[in-house]
Amino acid sequence: MIGPIISSGIVSPAWDNIFAVLLGMGFGFALESSGFSSSRKIIGTFFGYDFVVVKVFFTAAIVASMGLLYLSYFGLVDYSLLYIQPTFLTSAIVGGIIMGIGFSMGGFCPGTSLCAAAVGRIDGLVFFGGMFIGVFLFSESFSLFENMFYSGSQGAKMINEAFGISPELFTFFLVLAAVGMFFGAAWVQKKVKKVEY
Amino acid sequence: MKKIKNDGSFYLNPYLGGVILGTVLLLSFYISGRGLGASGAVKNTVAATVNVIAPQHVEKSAYYSQFAGGDKEPMSNWLVYEVLGVLAGAFISGIVFNRLKLKVEHSPKITSRRRLLFALAGGLVFGFGAQLARGCTSGAALSGMAVLSFGGYITMVAIFGTAFVVAWILRKNWI
Repeated sequence: MIGPIISSGIVSPAWDNIFAVLLGMGFGFALESSGFSSSRKIIGTFFGYDFVVVKVFFTAAIVASMGLLYLSYFGLVDYSLLYIQPTFLTSAIVGGIIMGIGFSMGGFCPGTSLCAAAVGRIDGLVFFGGMFIGVFLFSESFSLFENMFYSGSQGAKMINEAFGISPELFTFFLVLAAVGMFFGAAWVQKKVKKVEY
Repeated sequence: MKKIKNDGSFYLNPYLGGVILGTVLLLSFYISGRGLGASGAVKNTVAATVNVIAPQHVEKSAYYSQFAGGDKEPMSNWLVYEVLGVLAGAFISGIVFNRLKLKVEHSPKITSRRRLLFALAGGLVFGFGAQLARGCTSGAALSGMAVLSFGGYITMVAIFGTAFVVAWILRKNWI
């Protein structure tokens, strides 16, 4: 079966939302079981006492990007049917900076706050509630940010194109960088004073 | 799997957790042709709520009208179903690994009240930024990275780079 099996019509689109629930369950399970329901565990990455975020995030990124390239290579997935996040340079940078501030204030990102709320962490629930206010404020003030929102548009640009190399070669370097970070994280973690949490 | 907490809760080995997460993400692209997300469901819920209270306002808004109003069904959306799954999956993991407990998690050096105020403000700021960047750590950064999206990588670097600096400014809240 050539994926994506919904978009290519192999499986009826009526199943899409059922798969959405199942995939979401896998996502929530993976995050919570790795420790992403704890803000102090997540934030440990920035102080060097717990690198779970770096380990889980980059392992997932290399598994998924290598997996897609392999599936594409063996003709099992049509890469052109995959949704590739379009690049709007200005809003990607400014939005990312704003998210980084929110991340360090709240200790969560949206997905992890939901996982924290699911296991009874009130701080996770409050963070998730705060998001509704933030989204509402953005939507109401959209006209102020509209220019920034659409500026720097580069379409569905891929990062290997930016470096002028093939997707496979880029992913190879990504794996090297990730493995380097894993060893670096282990080294730093040994040097840093343990924080009880 | 090793026991790391004296209350009997367990965490998966982070690399095993990463492989599971990466496999789920891969399956998401293989099945639905898209990555995983979280903030999009909040956006659709806000748009749907405003649409119930003030439909004309939604029609006039250049932002809400992309997601709600007309014959759009913002609550019958892939991301909304997926996020309901996240809640269920995390809850199941909480049962399996013995972590279900109602509490406010915070550094012993700060009060619960301070922690909750920062959590609320952090959520607000994050939610705002996720709209500007068209997605959060899951939808823009992680899912973007899986398909080598340039914007996804840029957003990832911006989030983690900024968070690193701000975490040190706010370190009294955490360590």
